[in-house]
Amino acid sequence: MAAHLELTDVSIEFPTPKGAFKALDGVNLKIERGEFVSLIGHSGCGKSTVLNIVAGLHQATTGGVVLDGREVNEPGPERAVVFQNHSLLPWLTAYENVELAVRQVFKGKKSKAEMKAWIEHNLELVHMTHAIHKRPDEISGGMKQRVGIARALAMEPTVLLMDEPFGALDALTRAHLQDSLMEIQNELNNTVIMITHDVDEAVLLSDRIVMMTNGPAATVGEILKVELPRPRDRIALADDPVYNHCRHQVLRFLYEKQRKVQPLDSRRPKGQAGTDAKARKQA
Amino acid sequence: MSSIRMTLAGMSGIAGVKANDTFASWLKRMTQTLGLPLIGLLVFLFIWQVGAKQIDTSLGQFPGPTQVYEQANALISEHFNERERESAFYERQEQRNAERVAKDPDYVPKIREYTGKPTFFDQIGTSLVTVLAGFAIAALIAIPLGICIGLNGALYSALNPIIQLFKPVSPLAWLPLVTMVVSAAYVSDDPLFAKSFLTSLFTVSLCCLWPTLINTAVGVSAISPDLQNVSKVLRLNWLTHVVRIVLPSSVPMIFTGLRLSLGIAWMVLIAAEMLAQNPGLGKFVWDEFQNGSSDSLGRIMVAVLVIGLIGFLLDRVMLLIQRAVSWDKNAITR
Ligand SMILES: Nc1ncnc2c1ncn2[C@@H]1O[C@H](COP(=O)(O)OP(=O)(O)O)[C@@H](O)[C@H]1O
Ligand SMILES: [Mg+2]
Repeated sequence: MAAHLELTDVSIEFPTPKGAFKALDGVNLKIERGEFVSLIGHSGCGKSTVLNIVAGLHQATTGGVVLDGREVNEPGPERAVVFQNHSLLPWLTAYENVELAVRQVFKGKKSKAEMKAWIEHNLELVHMTHAIHKRPDEISGGMKQRVGIARALAMEPTVLLMDEPFGALDALTRAHLQDSLMEIQNELNNTVIMITHDVDEAVLLSDRIVMMTNGPAATVGEILKVELPRPRDRIALADDPVYNHCRHQVLRFLYEKQRKVQPLDSRRPKGQAGTDAKARKQA
Repeated sequence: MSSIRMTLAGMSGIAGVKANDTFASWLKRMTQTLGLPLIGLLVFLFIWQVGAKQIDTSLGQFPGPTQVYEQANALISEHFNERERESAFYERQEQRNAERVAKDPDYVPKIREYTGKPTFFDQIGTSLVTVLAGFAIAALIAIPLGICIGLNGALYSALNPIIQLFKPVSPLAWLPLVTMVVSAAYVSDDPLFAKSFLTSLFTVSLCCLWPTLINTAVGVSAISPDLQNVSKVLRLNWLTHVVRIVLPSSVPMIFTGLRLSLGIAWMVLIAAEMLAQNPGLGKFVWDEFQNGSSDSLGRIMVAVLVIGLIGFLLDRVMLLIQRAVSWDKNAITR
């Protein structure tokens, strides 16, 4: 049987002034229905590019994405995206932002009253009932991200795509939102692909962690199955051997096998490099 | 006992400081919002009064604030006298007609138009109507066109040279062309609008089109890629995309353009009226200049101040509309 969502030999080249830049090379990935998969890798390796190809916002140069037997070649609400910086329309309230999506997806399928109830239900899922008529500039970063998630969930997507959804939030807010997300996932059992750069977040939330090699021409390095029972509790997990083993595996991949190689000089302040050179000359 | 007294003293001391403090800050605020502008105005009036005395022209001394004040009063009373004469004229006509109808029931009464000279305030009215109409036409063309250009890179590349070419053209260069085209194209026995009105109107539109066009195009093309992605994921159709995403997100830039356009429209109109002898404030200034009486300079100075005041008020009105319409309350400061 074919997988629910399948990426086959996905490669992409971006045209740049200095010639084509091959960002991804031969990415293969199969995801089952209801699975929570996170993508982890160093910044700039191509995680967002993978997600955007699945979303249909980028087109793979070779290879392709098949969702439920149909090839993906344009964006659509069945692959809803939660963007890193919320991407709410600043002139609409939380309710209206979700409404825009709901109206678009359920036009002719739900009555006005049903739509209203559905919008309110989704905002309730992310605990935003109290600020339903506030605009994005009147609520905190975490609340904006909640509304962004509500908007995506309200589209009833086949696959939910999240690009570092909690990346810009402080640790406490992030923990709150992770718990909310697990709660919602428990209830709806969506297929989710989430990008993260936080090892704990990846282990806590995922069924599988896809670790990507460094770019250019990045690809899937290792895939780790997280065999922890759900519901998961972050405090209990702190001393769990399986949890710590998983954590360790990801850390080893990121900081030993795929250590980000940076030229030493670029990290040093300029003036110091100058004195060093002088010192070396004198020596 | 003594400790209580000390506490009391301390408290009253603190209260005193506080009261003083709020009074001082109030005084400071008042000085800044009212006092300083007032001082600026007084200094200006003083320099004007003194400076005017030093300037002698062939039409007499340059008018100082007092002469200008007198002329303003004169213009106001002239206006009311003219209105009285007008209503008296119509009254007499009606009376005469009534008498004739009484004598001869078959007589169909005729009403002749009053043909008095337009007063200063009539000219203000004409100019205001013209500038608003010209500005409205420009906005109706520039906003939709700007949205199309901003959305479509190819169209932008195609039109950009033309925009850059026509943007800096002075109204005075357009005026003869517009005049000739209007006289040739607008031939009607019973014209709805006067030709002079149309000439001023189109000259104003042509000149004030550009800032709105350019700002709208820039605003539209600067929509954040994230919002564009939202629109793509939702598969919004073209019209919904424009109405729900493009238009609201470029409203601040559109208004920046509109305010610039209205300012230009007002400046251009006065110049066009002067040059083409079309009714309006510009013609008032020109007539006074040609008239060359000893009051003329004072009356022109009144017109100058009124032109400035109206320009300022037009901008304020646009600002109020922008405040009411725009979602981005931070973008508007002055
Ligand atoms: N539209 C584009 N044009 C050219 N290069 C791009 C484009 N988008 C991404 N890239 C490049 O592809 C690589 C991967 O980017 P991205 O997927 O955003 O990384 P990540 O999300 O893992 O931080 C980076 O080197 C980036 O510079
Ligand atoms: Mg990214």
